[in-house]
Amino acid sequence: MKKTKQMLLAAAVGMAVVASVQAEQQRVLKVYHWSDYVAPTTISNFEKKSGIKVVFDVYDSNEVLEAKLLSGGSGYDIVVPSNPFLAKQIKAGVYQKLDKTQLPLWDNLDKDLLHTLEISDPGNQYSIPYMWGSIGLGYNVDKVKAVLGDQPIDSWDIIFKPENISKLHECGVALLDSPTEIIPAALHYLGLPADSEKPDDLKQAEALLLTIRPYITYFHSSKYISDLASGNICMAIGYSGDLYQSKSRAEEAGGKVKVAYKIPKEGAGTFFDMVAIPSDSKNVKEAHEFINYLLEPQVMADLTDYLQFPNANQQATALVEESIRTDPGIYPPADVMSKLYTFPDLPAKTQRVMTRSWTKIKSGK
Amino acid sequence: MTIREKLLGMLPKGRHAVIGVPFFWMLLFFLLPFAIIIKISFAEADIAIPPYTSLTEWADSQLTVLLNFGNYVLLSEDQLYIAAYLGSLKIALISTVLCLLVGYPMAYAIARSSKQMQPVWLLLIMMPTWTALLIRVYAWMGILSNNGLLNNALLWLGVINEPLQILNTNIAVYIGIVYAYLPFMVLPLYANLVKHDLSLLEAASDLGAKGYTAFWKITVPLSKSGVIAGCMLVFIPVVGEFVIPELLGGPETLMIGKVLWQEFFNNRDWPVAASLAVIMLLILIIPIILFNRNQAGEMEGKA
Repeated sequence: MKKTKQMLLAAAVGMAVVASVQAEQQRVLKVYHWSDYVAPTTISNFEKKSGIKVVFDVYDSNEVLEAKLLSGGSGYDIVVPSNPFLAKQIKAGVYQKLDKTQLPLWDNLDKDLLHTLEISDPGNQYSIPYMWGSIGLGYNVDKVKAVLGDQPIDSWDIIFKPENISKLHECGVALLDSPTEIIPAALHYLGLPADSEKPDDLKQAEALLLTIRPYITYFHSSKYISDLASGNICMAIGYSGDLYQSKSRAEEAGGKVKVAYKIPKEGAGTFFDMVAIPSDSKNVKEAHEFINYLLEPQVMADLTDYLQFPNANQQATALVEESIRTDPGIYPPADVMSKLYTFPDLPAKTQRVMTRSWTKIKSGK
Repeated sequence: MTIREKLLGMLPKGRHAVIGVPFFWMLLFFLLPFAIIIKISFAEADIAIPPYTSLTEWADSQLTVLLNFGNYVLLSEDQLYIAAYLGSLKIALISTVLCLLVGYPMAYAIARSSKQMQPVWLLLIMMPTWTALLIRVYAWMGILSNNGLLNNALLWLGVINEPLQILNTNIAVYIGIVYAYLPFMVLPLYANLVKHDLSLLEAASDLGAKGYTAFWKITVPLSKSGVIAGCMLVFIPVVGEFVIPELLGGPETLMIGKVLWQEFFNNRDWPVAASLAVIMLLILIIPIILFNRNQAGEMEGKA
């Protein structure tokens, strides 16, 4: 009996030693990322190359990520918020500064885009851009032609003029369920600054959206991907990459539905998803290795090929498939680029006014 | 007496220890979290971790306590919040009545079925809850959507010519809630109905009260506490329901759960979200007190 006990004890000690040795050898990285937002080989290639084990969790909204970060002690080493959220989180002290000596590939990043991003991350101290995209018009080519005739689909007039959208209503119109992305589009269309905080401007945008409200089939931030591909709706204001995904799905389903994406000529909102390291990260060195890996041109090119979102890596552009690189909806030409705007970090008061407006627009209350 | 004995004597013994455990449980898992919510509701939103200000400040040997009632004032200023509370109460009330109408006959039938069949029926009632609620709600989305099972079946049968818009309306919300909460209505009702003394019905029959009259004069009054328990178990959680209206409801579905979500996530305003939750709890306490009174009355009646 005593012998068994001793043997058990020895085994337990042995196991503990093995476990601790393994823990010393096995480097880990905990990544909290958007769902469906990496290429199939991105993570496995990194694991092979670095020997770091990646624990990969996903979220589907900035708000969910933010609630976790602001509660403190998220436990993650890498997170990927969109830039207006990142801006607020930097102010709240959520992130640590990047150590650029550990990021030798930093110079691959597009200088102009980095400059634009300084409104969210002054001095580019806390983050690198992952992917970016625009918020524009995705539509069913044949159905829209059937109701609107030969009118070109290249302007916000299609959505904000009741005579157009009332026709589109017959085949279904979807809007992103996001006040902070749709209200600026209305402001921009009215010729007001997209980042306006003036109550009067916001009232005008609300009034404009209320005039088209009766013709909107639904508000949702992802459902339009499948509905547009299957023909349930014919027009969606959505994220460029998602709308390209809808296009691919329609093609895979036999090509009966033809989906196209257009950035309106008046300009459109852009969002950047940013890679950052929370200040309480326990694997800071591994996190830097991962970020440096994301700065490799081939890694980024593969991601863009797969996700159909443009990246911010200058050296990667030439490696991207030609059909994607030359698509003006994905890589906009310079004249379109100059009309794009990005979303600022809104003061709490403006945010509240927008959320309230949105409830009024959606539910009439 | 040694010190050790004295200390041991201070520990609660026997009866008190047994009563103490659930009290401790309530304190830890109900009162304490609620106290934290109340605390946050008196703070101000801030850009920090956590995103609200601290109520107390210690500086120069002075303790300053700063209570911000602004959040509660805000709630009273905008009609939206009142509309959302009323919307939630309305949906909860109608769902509870529907659950009772569907659940009572079910519970009655189970209580009157043979002893061998009762566990089988109960199992069938409970079985769906073995799958996660979220998955079951998604299944309803598949059934109710425009090209879903229900519409396709009705189109095929020729009952309708165009698909019915059910998904993303309040009708879908009622279907989802009644479906999800039915077991909570049936089980307490069954537990009550199965205890009824059938000789009472025989006596009623002897005195001339047959079937229908006996049911309304004997069975229904006797099952009152089961009805109340079932209604509470449905009504209270439905008021704060978020998942079902979010997935099945449309833009016109205004419930407090959604407004709370917006305050917490869209506006990053934890204090306003907390004060919304406090008010919701206060609204719910009224039916809970009524329920407790009824229970107490029942206990006295039995004694």
